[in-house]
Amino acid sequence: MTGSMDCNELVELVTAYLDGSLDLEDRARFDTHLLECDGCASYLQQFRSTVDTIGKVALDELDPTFRSKLMNAFRDWR
Amino acid sequence: MLLAMTTTAGDEAGLVEALKDRDESAFAELVDLHTPAMLRVARGYVRSREIAEDVVQETWIAVLKGINAFEGRSSLRTWLFTILINIAKRRGMRERRDADVAVIAFTGGTVDPARFRDSEDPYPGHWKPDEVPSPFPDTPEGSVLGDELITLARRELDKLPERQRLVVTMRDMLGLDSAEVCDLLDISVANQRVLLHRGRAAVRQAFEDYLRETT
Repeated sequence: MTGSMDCNELVELVTAYLDGSLDLEDRARFDTHLLECDGCASYLQQFRSTVDTIGKVALDELDPTFRSKLMNAFRDWR
Repeated sequence: MLLAMTTTAGDEAGLVEALKDRDESAFAELVDLHTPAMLRVARGYVRSREIAEDVVQETWIAVLKGINAFEGRSSLRTWLFTILINIAKRRGMRERRDADVAVIAFTGGTVDPARFRDSEDPYPGHWKPDEVPSPFPDTPEGSVLGDELITLARRELDKLPERQRLVVTMRDMLGLDSAEVCDLLDISVANQRVLLHRGRAAVRQAFEDYLRETT
């Protein structure tokens, strides 16, 4: 696609943008749009902040009973 | 990132060698390091925590049986997850092809179309004036709002369709890269990206709603 990018198109390309997988043409349209659109700049900031927060979600603690089960399986194998 | 921080390639090679020598503490260390993530991923395939634990246990047994043949061509984690996913799939809970079809068939956007100006407007496709997003506030480590958002993210992740949850978990919680996820889940790069984007966008929307109510 060529020409300028609309906000509703940009919001669907954010993950591709952050992964660096847009082709150069689309990347240029994306960057150009950002320069003139505060709303989309904010949207990108929200998206980055969201990804960052998801990265802070901790995994569940390992249940000690299950851990003992695994250790017993190890002793059986050995 | 959680896992990436906790181990280095050198540690891993040492643990693998120790495990080949049937060293119990090496096994314990690997179990502590990888089991929480394995359970999380297994839950993307099976209905209950109990079945997920069975799958993880079966995986560890397969790892023990196969460890002597492991030559470290892939990382241990990639090898573990490959075995895990094969076992989880064999439990017959998921049909991968159906999931891929569902991804392709979906054509809707990730932001409510009502937030954008329509074709009558001089700027169609742009944010309506009262729908323009505003930046999320900074949330320093340990701040109340930061903790609330982490809790909210966890809850929203649990609500995602399973394929989306798996991809978001692997990419954003476990820090795997796009190629690893495509490989492990046997999906195309394009589908991986769609699943990741939809999952992240759903969490973003929940954050926006929450912040609008509370601030």
